[in-house]
Amino acid sequence: MRNDLTRRDALALGLSAATLAATGAAAQTQPSTIKAADVPAPKLEIEKGASLRMLRPVRFVQADEDVFRANAAKFTKETGVEVKVDFVGWEDINQQTAVTSNSGAGPDIIIGFSDAPHIYIDKLIELTDVADYLGKKYGGWQNLAKAYGKKAKSDTWIGLPFGATAGPLIYRKSILKSVGFDKPPEDHAGLLDLCRKLHKAGKPAGFALGNAVGDGNGFADWMMWSHNAALLDEDGNVTINSKETIAALNYVKELFPNFIAGTPSWNDVSNNRAYSSQEIALTANGVSLYFSLKNDPATAAIAEDSEHQLLPKGLAPRSPMSGLTLNAMVFKHSPYPNAAKAFLQFMLEKDQYEPWLNANSGYWSQPLAAYADAAVWKGDPKVAIFKDTMNSTYYAGYKGPISTATGAVRADYVTVQMFASVATGAATPEAAAAEAEQRCKRYFRRQGR
Amino acid sequence: MSVTTLHSSALAQRQPSWLVRLFDYKPFLIVMCLAPAIGLLAVFLTYPLGLGIWLAFTDTTIGKRGIFIGLENFQYLLTDPLWWNAVFYSVFYTAVATFGKFALGFWLALLLNNHFPFKSLLRAIVLLPWIVPTVLSALAFWWIYDPQFSIISYLLVDVLHWRSSNIDFLGSPWPARFSLIAANIWRGIPFVAISLLAGLQTISPSLYEAAMLDGASAWQRFRYITFPMMMPILAIVMTFSIIFTFTDFQLVYAITRGGPVNSTHLLATLAFQRGIAGGELGEGAAIAVSMIPFLVFATVFSYFGLARRKWQQGESND
Repeated sequence: MRNDLTRRDALALGLSAATLAATGAAAQTQPSTIKAADVPAPKLEIEKGASLRMLRPVRFVQADEDVFRANAAKFTKETGVEVKVDFVGWEDINQQTAVTSNSGAGPDIIIGFSDAPHIYIDKLIELTDVADYLGKKYGGWQNLAKAYGKKAKSDTWIGLPFGATAGPLIYRKSILKSVGFDKPPEDHAGLLDLCRKLHKAGKPAGFALGNAVGDGNGFADWMMWSHNAALLDEDGNVTINSKETIAALNYVKELFPNFIAGTPSWNDVSNNRAYSSQEIALTANGVSLYFSLKNDPATAAIAEDSEHQLLPKGLAPRSPMSGLTLNAMVFKHSPYPNAAKAFLQFMLEKDQYEPWLNANSGYWSQPLAAYADAAVWKGDPKVAIFKDTMNSTYYAGYKGPISTATGAVRADYVTVQMFASVATGAATPEAAAAEAEQRCKRYFRRQGR
Repeated sequence: MSVTTLHSSALAQRQPSWLVRLFDYKPFLIVMCLAPAIGLLAVFLTYPLGLGIWLAFTDTTIGKRGIFIGLENFQYLLTDPLWWNAVFYSVFYTAVATFGKFALGFWLALLLNNHFPFKSLLRAIVLLPWIVPTVLSALAFWWIYDPQFSIISYLLVDVLHWRSSNIDFLGSPWPARFSLIAANIWRGIPFVAISLLAGLQTISPSLYEAAMLDGASAWQRFRYITFPMMMPILAIVMTFSIIFTFTDFQLVYAITRGGPVNSTHLLATLAFQRGIAGGELGEGAAIAVSMIPFLVFATVFSYFGLARRKWQQGESND
């Protein structure tokens, strides 16, 4: 499945990655509209002879890597600090971060995912000065950036978020119309009615109930949050075994028979395949699915007939959609902490960040409010929905403080399997919630120790 | 030519050096010869195994050094329904898959033991499923079992019209469990067949000739000659097969990741999910260590249960 944008696509978004890579200067076709306040930058004395090594997750699109490397080269040119950037597979970044953290050797900077800085908090340097400066200059950090960037219950920054990607609903307009819906309803009853009608029409909905890192956890989180259920309370106590969770489980029990067969075995690519082959008319996925359809002539018509929508809010005050967040951290073992901080600050400044954001075509959305005015969000209206991903107040481990255990619960698919066991009739809602509670308490037993 | 006698000092100079004498000392030589092998085993086998066992008694997590907590991890596992489920499926998977592999593998070995054209080529082809990297065959089975794009469903629904809907191989527990067992059997048959074929080749044809002269039927020849003579190789192959099957990881992880509803977790996949993905290294190690008693029991049972010399000689067991 091809999900790369061509260089021409990047050009259409107002950026020539090729020019940028060659000259180190952003080739924006339009003047920037990003507003930046006049704020003094923190004084970071770059260490003599500094050089930096950095790891980050592999690109979605080639232009992402081109612009990122060009920005790093620009930093080298301006400061004399060599920066070696390595791109690592998404599934390997956690292990490499763990090894770096445990061995006290390796890259100075790692851009990990979401809660990574909270796992290695003891091994990281504070980034508060840089974060405060950037926040003041670019309209403030968005909710999700604050949740993942700050140490729990404090104003100390341990990570610098670079962007987030979300998984809203994607649906076939014509098929929904054929069963009497203009778009998916926001309430649970309406959504159930839609799924029943889609099932009758032979083009059912399909949401991952298998061990799918992104899609499975995304569905489970959505179902819980839209029923106002939460894994933890504000103090970090496990609250998964609640009447709200039982209600969510009962709802999924009703919803599940209307899904396409096989969703309990789905992994992260299963819904992409089912949607692309027109087996299903409704699922939840990141923007990659839309782009892969759009960029393949054989499936461009499906993309044309597709639309995104924020996850229905159900009983929640707003759409309970979180985002997978790129989160940069600097390790204490780095001999050049100031150079590392200066580099991250440089990369998040307008001249570097805006072209990079545009080059990503909507795969990543900005952590700083001012970048909402970037050209990328004025292009394809079907992509614009991703603009406010980082405004979400929901995050992995909501409503509690983020910790090692929140990521572990997701990695162990605790909530996904709780829903799957009820959906398939393997457990009652009460038993499934109790078992999930036992497992969560196990993971959270050492928090605060 | 004059004969000269050597002075004692000259004799002393001819004495071998202490290093030579040291290497002439047998115990030292034995130690020196064994040292590289022992060193390699210590570094690459004993240390990781020892560390794994030690971790099982700690609460180590990824990113944090743990402390010694005794049997706490094991006590927790005894209360964890998912661990019990993994124990059940590991035993069930091993038992059914091993039985399937041996029944079909033995049958295939008997067939390959006959004389027919292109015998060597066919024997080589039979090995293919075992040679192919496991992950590759796992991905192939993943497609074969796909709920939407299964080739089996396609044949039954679209070509033969025997069914109206696709088979949901992996979407519910028991079909998923048996689908994985089928994949494991397919992969394991060649190892069993070729190993047993090697055993069959060692049975003297004169035994069969004598039996035929005595009027023994084909079944009797199998029952009283082939089977008893094959016992030693059967014991060895079964021991290995049980170990390989019980500790399987790749097939399950690549096809189901332990799903649906955690029904296909083996102890190895659960240990990985808890220890590496979940970051609970101590608990993951404890799950891995909990496999050892099962493996020891299975090994002892298959080795001593099958390799009974008296039985092979047609006598009753003590």
